[in-house]
Amino acid sequence: MIERTPLLNTATYAVLLLGALSVFVPLWLVYVGATLTVREINIPELHLFPGDHLFDNLQAAWARGHLGGRLANSLIMSLGVATGKVVMSAITAFGLVYFRFPGRMLIFWMIFITLMLPLEVRIVPTYAVAANALWPFQTILDVTGLSTVIAALTGVQVALEWNLLNSYTGLILPLIATATGTFLYRQFFLTVPDELLEAARMDGAGPFRFLTEFLLPLSRANMAALFTIMFLYAWNQYLWPLLATPDRAGFGTTSVVELKMLAPSVLTNGGGTPDWNVAMAGCLIVMLPPLLLVAFMQRYFVRGLIATEK
Amino acid sequence: MAAVTLRRVKKNYGPTTVVHGVDLEINAGEFVVILGPSGCGKSTLLRMIAGLEAITDGEIAIGEKIVNTLEPRERGCAMVFQNYALYPHMTVAENIGYALKVAGMGKAERTARIKAVGDMLGLTEFLERKPMQLSGGQRQRVAMGRAMIREPDVFLYDEPLSNLDARLRVAMRVEIRRLHQRLGTTSLFVTHDQVEAMTLADRIVVMNKGIIEQVGTPDEVYHRPASTYVAGFVGSPGLNLLHATVDKAALCIRFKDGQSIALDQEQAASLSDGPVVFGFRAEQTQVVEQGGLKIASSFNEALGSSRLLHGLLADEEAVISIPGDQPFNVTSSINVTIPSKAMHFFDPESGRRIG
Repeated sequence: MIERTPLLNTATYAVLLLGALSVFVPLWLVYVGATLTVREINIPELHLFPGDHLFDNLQAAWARGHLGGRLANSLIMSLGVATGKVVMSAITAFGLVYFRFPGRMLIFWMIFITLMLPLEVRIVPTYAVAANALWPFQTILDVTGLSTVIAALTGVQVALEWNLLNSYTGLILPLIATATGTFLYRQFFLTVPDELLEAARMDGAGPFRFLTEFLLPLSRANMAALFTIMFLYAWNQYLWPLLATPDRAGFGTTSVVELKMLAPSVLTNGGGTPDWNVAMAGCLIVMLPPLLLVAFMQRYFVRGLIATEK
Repeated sequence: MAAVTLRRVKKNYGPTTVVHGVDLEINAGEFVVILGPSGCGKSTLLRMIAGLEAITDGEIAIGEKIVNTLEPRERGCAMVFQNYALYPHMTVAENIGYALKVAGMGKAERTARIKAVGDMLGLTEFLERKPMQLSGGQRQRVAMGRAMIREPDVFLYDEPLSNLDARLRVAMRVEIRRLHQRLGTTSLFVTHDQVEAMTLADRIVVMNKGIIEQVGTPDEVYHRPASTYVAGFVGSPGLNLLHATVDKAALCIRFKDGQSIALDQEQAASLSDGPVVFGFRAEQTQVVEQGGLKIASSFNEALGSSRLLHGLLADEEAVISIPGDQPFNVTSSINVTIPSKAMHFFDPESGRRIG
């Protein structure tokens, strides 16, 4: 936009301010809520300024929600998803862009189709697979009649089972299998000039060196952006961790799922004390790690967006 | 240093053939320029030698070794690309030394070699910079340094000067020539600029539509062009080419408008009666008061040292060159004579040189 008039500037700032407020006001109310006592938060009058019970509430939320362990779970899961995604997408995109092999387009489209199948759409089959990762193989054996044959020949009943529920593997793997990262890398790899590859080949670099010493260093900004996005995506997951971690006492669950348990309701505390102040305090704690990550990673991917170095 | 031999080298892209069976012998230590317009297959030829393109048919040998199926790195070639293709994320020193790093050379030796090459190319103070922070000429030097450091058997240049401005291009041309004198490495240089070709080459290979039109020294290509294509492409301006008819009985060739030019016995002997394409260089004519060929001049270009007169001779375009200080009247016609040793004759059908 090149046009700049006082009127337009005012309008622009108004829209900007409105946007900022719509993000900031709820956050502020969460913070204020986390500083009040149970009594204060439940009287029908909106508090706009913080009280002085922040640390009490934080302590209560930490203890009641087992947030130490839950945060560790969340952190492991989010780091696993983000790292797995960054690594796997890079390799997949490298294969798709730089190699000619039979079935290349087929694989490309198969990956593409996963864009239309987010986890929520395929949640039932994904759960079935996570409950027994070998179930598809068992099905193949059963359908083809091979298990009956094996049972008849050896007397061994084939019952393959590998349960991924209540494990980090089970939490992480289904979230890694999406196409977004692959396409991000692919688009970037396609902008790398052919001469760079040719020069590297003349200098004696093989495919592996080209990936590790050229493509990956050049796509640092992409990786930072992808890592941040995937970390936030995994951290904020609710439905999948809820299903994949039925063993709340043993393995526990992620902090975002636990947050729901902190919110007073008939399900969680049987309609007892409506202590929203503690729920808000838990909210603050759970929000903190992604916030820190964004603050830290921001300079990397903003730099990547500013420097048009190719 | 190694000879490069091409035998019946062909390249197809699907149904289109871009290089039609090229035979070429490049001696060890020679500087050969491949000259041709864009799309003539010259870059493809170079890239096939480098190993970046597979060859469809034929054989390429570097030294004694047939390299058809070898990877680029196994061929002993180094290449300088048109847009330099520097590694943007590495410093100048890392760019230059990358091939040695891949080859597994120790750090100390590598640093010494990089420094030596940097000194030779005047890059010493830029070694720690990134390519982004260099000017066009400096990037060009880094690209050359990257090729030089491996001490290759063959240098391949793919139009390396075409991204530089005119002054820098002349300077780099001289530098490349000097470098070749010093290192004596066999070099192949692809360009569409005939001045570059004339000044750099030991021998020029003129290509057109995937075939070699002529191979020869710059003098041969300029003074004895093998075909009308070479004649028109080499020289600035190119050779004047006019359609005429040989009349052996009258010892002359006749233009369509009735003007004629006398032949000597020797020339007449090599020609036969009938149509011919007659060629002469703009700068090898002599302006006379009367007689000779009359050219109706239409406009002129002053180049300082000379003046190019564009005109019509028997309804075909002709250019002649006169010294820049000679007075000239735009509206007039001009009479010129052409010395018999400056005459060229070509077959109108095949375009090949006669005699």
